[in-house]
Amino acid sequence: MASVVGIFSHSSVSVPVKDKKLLEVKLGELPSWILMRDFSPSGIFGAFQRGYYRYYNKYINVKKGSISGITMVLACYVLFSYSFSYKHLKHERLRKYH
Amino acid sequence: MNENLFASFIPPTILGLPAAVLIILFPPLLIPTSKYLINNRLITTQQWLIKLTSKQMMTMHNTKGRTWSLMLVSLIIFIATTNLLGLLPHSFTPTTQLSMNLAMAIPLWAGAVIMGFRSKIKNALAHFLPQGTPTPLIPMLVIIETISLLIQPMALAVRLTANITAGHLLMHLIGSATLAMSTINLPSTLIIFTILILLTILEIAVALIQAYVFTLLVSLYLHDNT
Repeated sequence: MASVVGIFSHSSVSVPVKDKKLLEVKLGELPSWILMRDFSPSGIFGAFQRGYYRYYNKYINVKKGSISGITMVLACYVLFSYSFSYKHLKHERLRKYH
Repeated sequence: MNENLFASFIPPTILGLPAAVLIILFPPLLIPTSKYLINNRLITTQQWLIKLTSKQMMTMHNTKGRTWSLMLVSLIIFIATTNLLGLLPHSFTPTTQLSMNLAMAIPLWAGAVIMGFRSKIKNALAHFLPQGTPTPLIPMLVIIETISLLIQPMALAVRLTANITAGHLLMHLIGSATLAMSTINLPSTLIIFTILILLTILEIAVALIQAYVFTLLVSLYLHDNT
């Protein structure tokens, strides 16, 4: 992903491309690519912001957005909560011996 | 089975850190803001709903009470979205924790009461004695009114906690009863399943109503004290 400075919610904000996107990185270069990423708090926050706006502009911020834009988020939330409650749900499986 | 029944109310943790904080911070992601006049469908419906509820709630206050409108509208949106998200399977509802509801109720109630005592002392103290009581009853009635005032934040918090927790527990129990009866006796399974569907509709209503009641009572305390 391109590194940017400041908030960006649409593509007309000018972006200096410092490094390659993930799909353009060759397999041997992967460790050095990971080390080049910005893992500071502001870098991680920027990554979340980019991801949020990517999803938002693709599914919700369109003229005739459907209900699937928000249903996908809720489905991911259900899976996330399931992973948290797996620990005590596994005692409720239908087995003869637990 | 007893341990499993209440296990969904334990706040989730990641390696000992509270993940409940992440779950409380999740609803604002579903309510985007916008700087445009004409928006996408999601923001338009949400803005329409917010306008409807805020007009309905804030008409009864005077100018000083309306300074609280941001607080009350965000309160009702937070409680309503949190309760409704808790109806999804396996999710954790923060409003089932008494600690969170107390943290919401006590500052709001205390703010309204202290505001009333600072601005209009006579009016605020007059609430302690209803009109037209016979003279011998006055000391006892003042004590009773004081207690009923001091119990208001407790009642707010406990009402919300108990309603949501009881609804979730009932759904757990009736759901597991349906599953257990499905191998024994099929017609009664259908009856119990119908009860489950009705209960889910009730829970959706309760989620919204509890948010409304909480906010309405806070605004009532505000109205008394402005």
